[in-house]
Formats: sequence, structure tokens, C-alpha cells
Amino acid sequence: MVYAYYPGCTLKTHAKGFELSAMASLEKLGVKYRELEKWTCCGTVYSLASDDAMRQVAQVRILTRAESAGYRRMLTLCSMCYNTLKRANMLVRSDPERLETINMFMDDEPDYKGSVEVKHLLEVLRDEVTFDKIRSMVSKPLRGLRISAYYGCLLLRPKTVSIDSSINPHVMEDLLSSLGAEPIDSPEKAKCCGAYLTVNRKDLVAGFAYEILSAARRRGAELVVTSCPLCFFNLDRRQEEVSRMYEDYKPIPILYVTQLLALALGIRDVYMFNLHYVDPTSLLKSKGLL
Amino acid sequence: MQLVIWRSKIHSPEVEKIIELSGQNVYSCYQCGMCTASCPSTGNMDIPPNMIVRLIQIGMIGKVLDSRSIWVCTSCFTCFAECPKGIDIASLTEALRLYHLRRNIDHLNLSSIPHGELLELPVIAMVGALRKFTA
Repeated sequence: MVYAYYPGCTLKTHAKGFELSAMASLEKLGVKYRELEKWTCCGTVYSLASDDAMRQVAQVRILTRAESAGYRRMLTLCSMCYNTLKRANMLVRSDPERLETINMFMDDEPDYKGSVEVKHLLEVLRDEVTFDKIRSMVSKPLRGLRISAYYGCLLLRPKTVSIDSSINPHVMEDLLSSLGAEPIDSPEKAKCCGAYLTVNRKDLVAGFAYEILSAARRRGAELVVTSCPLCFFNLDRRQEEVSRMYEDYKPIPILYVTQLLALALGIRDVYMFNLHYVDPTSLLKSKGLL
Repeated sequence: MQLVIWRSKIHSPEVEKIIELSGQNVYSCYQCGMCTASCPSTGNMDIPPNMIVRLIQIGMIGKVLDSRSIWVCTSCFTCFAECPKGIDIASLTEALRLYHLRRNIDHLNLSSIPHGELLELPVIAMVGALRKFTA
């Protein structure tokens, strides 16, 4: 079955390396997908107010466009897209009245019937491709690379949409092991990065980044991976502020988990490391991966 | 500290509105403190999450509405994952923010942020902040 690939805004700009490496890896692994036509913003943050049908229109519009194009499954890469689409989908499936209100409002779209499943890339890799198959296809094992996986919030919480344990997940560690890397556990791996506070409170976000990254570093990690473009920005770009706040701070490269997947699968030229604030190329070269 | 609790304020319209908007039963909280212990932002708050719930229970909604805490909560749902009574405090803080935002009182003014900084922010951060902090 073909996935409707929903990219979301940041995958086309700041996180281009995330998209390119994920798509090239999926092709190599034989997962079929097509980018959804006429996709729009997912709304980024799921509205938590009980009466806010207006803020669920964006997600349901995306779902109905996928449904009417014949798709039954939707693939997301960004944690925030995954969370908003999955939660809105769960809500309208369990609340026919709310679905009817939204359908009536979207009179320029076909009614959504609730038949689309929203999946995150990591679920597809784990449950459909399987890590055993990935292990067998690795041509450049990430041997000797000590990596701390950082999950953030929205892949894991609330529990109803979690792709793994809400507090102590291990799906990324399992993937990294299958790529030949050495996963480093960290107690900060499911902690919040500060999210959109990076707009108006970058001091707080730099504080979170310092705690998350120094915890990984103390345990021996050489780099940190994530799967969310906002976590990525906060952990990568805010290291400039962290370095100003803590004189002895040593920057650590941040990668999207798919960039390592693509490297291990022997894929070239999909990385866009020029978009990273902390350059990972010297570390990757020293490991013979570039 | 002296606290005066008014019976008439315990179920004030403001309290009822916050409970309705959030869909949360604040009265089931027995103050175990797991929310505050697990919250990554507690250190940046003036009123910690468990106290927010307690103040709503006793009708002191004004203190909560004026607190800095509701604007540093990022809805990471750690408190909800830990709460033994299943209270989603992130939905409570959302309702408290909306109390202001639906009166057209913005928390975020983009013109106060240097232009160069705005240019380098990813779209995902801008849309998230604008949806959470503006009317």
C-alpha cells in the first residue's frame, strides 16, 4: 500500500536534509510513498480547548484530501505534524458530532470519513520494514559511533498517540543498534526542549538545551539524534547561546536520525549539513563515514 | 501567609469556564505533587503545577490567571503522563491562556523581537508560538 507523504512546512526549508535523507532511505528500503498533493499547514500545535473545532479544520482538511485521493495511510516525519494529525484524527473518529461540524464547515472539500491512519516514519521503519531488514541492508555500519537519541515530547505524549513508552522509549536506540552504532542512554531523552518558546524565551530554551546535551555528553555521546525539526533547531542553533552562558561548554553535533540511516545505507548527497549550526562533518569523517 | 477562601468564589463563572474549556476534573487532584516534580519548567514558574490545580479548586482563579507559569508551560504533557488521577494539566494551562487570548490580549508581540532573529527561526517555531500566544 502506498503512503501519502505529508511533509509539513519545515521539512521543505530548515529541515531539508531530514526530508531528503528520509525519502532516499525509504526508496532504498522499498517503502512506497507519494507526496500528498495540495497539502497545507497542520496547525503545528494541537488545540487543547474542548470547544475549538476551528483549530481542527486544518488537520481534517489534510486527512480528507488524502482519503479522497485514495490513500489509507499517511506518513509523517515531523513530530509536531504527527501529533496534531494523529490527535485530530482520533478526535473526529470518536466524536461524530465534531466531525460533522468540521465537514459542514469545509464545504469545498469532500466529507472526511475517518479511514486514514496517521503513521510516523519510526513506526513504519520498526513495524513494516523491521530493524532486522534494515540491519541486513546496512553497507556502512556506524561502528564506534556513540549516539544519544533525543525524543522530545510529541512522539511520546499524550499516551494515546505515543509511538513508544511515554517516559522511557527505546525505538530510536533499537534503530541505531541495527545501524551498528552504540546508543547512549540519557535520562533527559524525553524531556521538553522548550519548543516554540524559542521565539520569545530563547534564554529558557538554551537552558533546556544545555541540560539535555550536557547529560548526553557526560554519558559519552559524541552526537545527538532527533526526529523533530523544532527539537533540532533548539538543540543545534541554541548552542550559540549555550556557549555564551557556559564558558566551558563544548558543542556537540545534532543529526536527524534519518541522516544516520542514509549514511549507514550508503546513500550519498542527501545530507545538507550546511544547514547545521554545529558542523558534524569532521566527526563523521573521523569515523570514516563521509 | 493568610488565605481567605470565599465559598461564593469556589464555583465562580471563571472557574466553571476554565473547567469546561479544559475538560478536566480538577477536584480529583489530591496534591501528590508528581506534576510539579516531573515538569521541566517548574524552575521557571512562579506558581508550580500542583498549586495551580489547588488554587483553582479553592476558587482563587485570579492568582492563576495572573501567573507567569501559564506562559512557560509548553504542553509537553509530562505532568499528564505522571498524574495518577489522569488530569491533563497542559489542557488546564491552555484554558488559562485562552482566557486572556479570547479577550484579544496577546502574550507575544513579534515587533519586540529583533528582525534578524525572526529571519532565522524555522516556520514551525513561528506558527507554534503565534497559535499559543496570540489571539
